[in-house]
Amino acid sequence: MTVTSPISKPMQRFRSNRRQRILWGIAWCALLLVAMILSPWVIGDDGLSPVLVQRNQPPSLVHAFGTDWLGRDMLSRSLHGMSLSLRIGLLAAGISALIGTGLGLAAGTLGGWVDAVVTWIIDVFFSLPHLVLLILIAFAVGGGTTGVIIAVAVTHWTSLARVIRAEVLQVNSSDYVRLSYRFGRSPIWIARHHMVPHVIPQLLVGLILLFPHAILHEAALSFIGIGLSPHIPAIGIILAESMRHLSTGYWWLGVMPGLLLLLSVKAFDWLGENVRSLLDPKTSQG
Amino acid sequence: MLSISNLGITFTQYDQGLRRKQLTVITDLDLTIQAGEVVAVMGASGSGKSLLAHALLGILPDNAQLSGTMEFQGEPLTPKRCEALRGKAIALIPQSVGYLDPLMTVGRQVQRVGQLNGLSSGAARTLANRTFARYDLPPTTRQRYPFQLSGGMARRVLVSTAVLTQAQLVIADEPTPGLHPDVVTETLNHLRELAREGRGVMLITHDIEAALQVADRVAVFYAGTTVEIAAAEDFARGNLRHPYTQALWRSLPQNDFVPVPGNQPSPENLPVGCLYRDRCAWVTSECEQARPELRFVRQGWVRCIHAER
Amino acid sequence: MLKGEGLWFRYGARLPWVVRDRTLSVLPGEVVGLMAPSGYGKTTLGKLLAGYLMPTRGRVTLNKQLLPSRGYCPVQLVFQNPELSVNPRWRIARILREGHPPQRHYLDALGIYPGLMTRYPHELSGGELQRVAIARVLNRNTRYLIADEMTAMLDANTQALIWKVVLEFACQHHVGVMAISHDRPLLTRICQGHTIKLLIDSIPASLAKA
Repeated sequence: MTVTSPISKPMQRFRSNRRQRILWGIAWCALLLVAMILSPWVIGDDGLSPVLVQRNQPPSLVHAFGTDWLGRDMLSRSLHGMSLSLRIGLLAAGISALIGTGLGLAAGTLGGWVDAVVTWIIDVFFSLPHLVLLILIAFAVGGGTTGVIIAVAVTHWTSLARVIRAEVLQVNSSDYVRLSYRFGRSPIWIARHHMVPHVIPQLLVGLILLFPHAILHEAALSFIGIGLSPHIPAIGIILAESMRHLSTGYWWLGVMPGLLLLLSVKAFDWLGENVRSLLDPKTSQG
Repeated sequence: MLSISNLGITFTQYDQGLRRKQLTVITDLDLTIQAGEVVAVMGASGSGKSLLAHALLGILPDNAQLSGTMEFQGEPLTPKRCEALRGKAIALIPQSVGYLDPLMTVGRQVQRVGQLNGLSSGAARTLANRTFARYDLPPTTRQRYPFQLSGGMARRVLVSTAVLTQAQLVIADEPTPGLHPDVVTETLNHLRELAREGRGVMLITHDIEAALQVADRVAVFYAGTTVEIAAAEDFARGNLRHPYTQALWRSLPQNDFVPVPGNQPSPENLPVGCLYRDRCAWVTSECEQARPELRFVRQGWVRCIHAER
Repeated sequence: MLKGEGLWFRYGARLPWVVRDRTLSVLPGEVVGLMAPSGYGKTTLGKLLAGYLMPTRGRVTLNKQLLPSRGYCPVQLVFQNPELSVNPRWRIARILREGHPPQRHYLDALGIYPGLMTRYPHELSGGELQRVAIARVLNRNTRYLIADEMTAMLDANTQALIWKVVLEFACQHHVGVMAISHDRPLLTRICQGHTIKLLIDSIPASLAKA
């Protein structure tokens, strides 16, 4: 009865410190994104001017992303475009998160008709095709950078508002909050000490996961031509231009900026998932 | 049929920031269950009852490590084998309807258990109907959703899920708290019946009365160790061996209703020597030397060096 | 005296009644046991008396006045499941401070040692957590205590310990206790030596006389 033998080899295998790995991952993603945003100021505008002798070169050591039909360096163009897209995405997602939090909190705490109205607006937004709505709003406010920001900002808050409303309702009906009322705590005290700490992690994760949506939609609007003006190197415009050249064999004009867009969206997605797994006490121990 | 000896479970947890610590929650856990027998596993919360069930079902979290031996029907029980046997040879009767799918009728869920055990959908349905009839559940029960069941009906539905399997070992996790005494008796009778069919039943509970009502043997856990395995009759007969079991028995409202002072030690600072020594009336300097081995005293197993008293 | 008069309750105008015409009272220093079959609405009754729910009809009075809606409620309810009645993101010390900080000797009596203070609820066993939840309400401002299956999830030893402390507290401060449980031996035991009012399977009319 005293013989001790391991039951499970696989479960005892050495595991590197998961929390450490996640933190490194978060750091790398954040670094990558910050680098992308700041890159235009680092590399300067040189690559944006046409050099006609270097037209249509495939990717090489000198031009990692190749050059376009005017001899412009695609790497500089893509980075400039990506940086702009990220900045617009951040701004739009930030505004969206503010609207979402405000309305979600209002719906959850005030209840009654406020809740009904907010839920109704959310339902309306959900029932309309997202891209159509984006195009309509961007068009209605006159297009351009402002148009894109407004359109993206006012259409992305709904899912976050819904999550926050649900969280607030859940916490509000929990035994411990109701007990807090019976202990004589005021609604404001309860909101500050019970609600806010509960909602902030949700907000943070929701905000991070909003970025990729906002960026993709900004790119989509520019792609179809109602976003930024054509001479600004936005990622959507670069991709739209490349369409005309893809059939002629200049694959790098679309593939390389596309990969860059994919990479940054994925980085945000990964960042959000990992921040979530760290903040959630249920998964943070694994 | 099931034999567990010197089982240990250790968790790797994050302390502050990035430091990790090892937390041994279960040390030296022993238990055997024969076919046709109901064994109650009893102890305070935090004594390791539920973790044992999780280990048997292979649903411990990833940061857990096992040591010791678990054998089921003569073969070692590895996490992989647990997974293969789960829901088939080893079945769980969950604590509440909260463990059922709230969006599926109970009839379909019970039927699905049969199908997962290799029956055709027709055969599974017939068997499900027969099982419901056996437990006096009206035919309309099959169309109900979990939230529409009363406490007693819910218990019978949960028992049905285990009956439908060919499980040799049935684990019932805390089936009694907060239920009306009649429902408790009914639930326990169902467990007895499962044992009569030749299955082994492990009843996890903190309710001494319920355990004694139905169990053949009672294993008492304390701070992650088995301190005593006694026959159910030993309680009323005053033939208990371990001071903790005796204290538990005395603290029942129908007995003395007197608690033992002190706390079950937390896994973070388990004392050297006997785990119960800081609350024990029999403690001597020998108790501080080493953890007592499980010994056979007066027809039962006990982990105490003074058990002959 | 804490009194519920002609209490009716349902969750919505079209939903069935959960509590129908119940009248009952608890005197200061008295221990009342309530044991009734499922469907009696015991838990809802407890919530009505503690002011967690407002009765659809009837009223709950404390010394002939309605329960205060602000400030520390003199009627406190202890739930069956301690995991739900504490904020999972708070440390134990903060949880204990939320009401009126409990007196040192109650903490000692309940076996809440200083090492627990810096931990989070999920690091405690159910028994330890329930003792924390109970320590929160053991203060002079609690005049009535409603214990809804307070120890149903706990082992016999912890159950005996908790009730010993709670009954001592009730006796010392002249606090009225209503214990809701399915455990007949337990209710018989804790009502001993007090005004016994064991409402087992009783009909509303007989409660009204109490």
